[in-house]
Amino acid sequence: MVWKDFLVERRSKETLNSLFFFALLLLFVFQFALGPDRERLAGTLPGLLWLGFMLSGLLGLGRTFVVERENDCWEGLLLAPGDKSAIYVGKLAGNLLLMVVIETVLLVLFGFFFNLDLAGILPALAVVIALGTVALAAVGTLFAAMTAQVRARELLFPVLLLPVQAPVLLATVKATEAVLLGEPLGSVAHWLKLLAAADVVYVAVGVLTFDFVLEA
Amino acid sequence: MRRLLGGATLAGLVAGLVMAFGIAPREATQGNVQRIMYLHVPSVWVAYLAFGVVLVASVVYLVRRDDRADRLAHASAEVGVLFTGLTIATGSIWGKPTWGTWWTWDARLTSVSILFVMYLGYLLLRGMVEDRERGARFAAVLGIVAAFNIPLVHFSVIWWRTLHQPPSLMKPGPGAMPGIIVAALLVNFAAFTLLYVYFVTRRTVVLGLEAEAEA
Repeated sequence: MVWKDFLVERRSKETLNSLFFFALLLLFVFQFALGPDRERLAGTLPGLLWLGFMLSGLLGLGRTFVVERENDCWEGLLLAPGDKSAIYVGKLAGNLLLMVVIETVLLVLFGFFFNLDLAGILPALAVVIALGTVALAAVGTLFAAMTAQVRARELLFPVLLLPVQAPVLLATVKATEAVLLGEPLGSVAHWLKLLAAADVVYVAVGVLTFDFVLEA
Repeated sequence: MRRLLGGATLAGLVAGLVMAFGIAPREATQGNVQRIMYLHVPSVWVAYLAFGVVLVASVVYLVRRDDRADRLAHASAEVGVLFTGLTIATGSIWGKPTWGTWWTWDARLTSVSILFVMYLGYLLLRGMVEDRERGARFAAVLGIVAAFNIPLVHFSVIWWRTLHQPPSLMKPGPGAMPGIIVAALLVNFAAFTLLYVYFVTRRTVVLGLEAEAEA
């Protein structure tokens, strides 16, 4: 599953190209909206960073099942032998890959535009981003499967995903803020535990309920 | 049976109002404003009760495929959203004279408002799926995700507002309240719970009739 989606994506580069461009535009929009004042931008940086991740996630994850729907392969998914949760895990892995690529690009762009020195804090930042991304992608993949067959799906997907992601957003922004200030990860251990708990809960619920989403 | 339940609910609500406005004493520091607590606290209790019922009914539906469980989840979510809204509204009315503002990003306000939008999304999803059976399945999955999210919301919001501190209670615990206030509160708790049961049973029946009419 991962391999197939990866191949499709590599051949078409459809989602990735647009998302790269979207990430760049986000940076521009943030700067224009908040003005060029460095000091003020620095204070809002963790929030902006995660806003960027979330918005790209909304676009990227929302497209998870578009290929199947547009090419009438939905029945193929339904008829696939074996456990349906394997499809979920496959799609989730594919989405994680996509998100990590986009996030890396966004991070580099942020570092470039905001004159950040990322080298020293990169390992700590990577931990926070990894934990947050799993939570985002786990729920996003599940909801994308639900909304793929619904009218007004572009609207419904963010409306469902954003409230559920509220705790993840709070946790990641707070943890990122601490990391950017150069504090050790231990000072935000409670946030990291919350994120880890969210990861476990979301992935478990996703694996267990995906069967019911993909029924006829 | 239904009439009996309705009568008991009505009697409970009247008794609750009498207790809240007539018998319970005027609170010393906050004055009469404090009396809104008799609506506010039972409302939030009903909201949590309703979302708990949504979780149980959703699991039952996915396992047994009983349409009644689906209708129960639907009705309970609607009533839950209503009472969450009521909680926010009464809290806001209380907050204006007490805190001097309609809204602040206080920990509890935040977590209740996140619940509110989460379950509004749930109702929205129900409205948007055309196929009834598929809508029921999707809603059940979302009902489970949302319920598991409640503790995450709770802790994240508390830490967000009051870092490294125990949550500071805005209201004194039952131990600090005089007996008569506790009694008034308990009557209202009972009355609101009855009201919840009444609303949900009526709504479930209506949903059943709607399904019948469509079939």
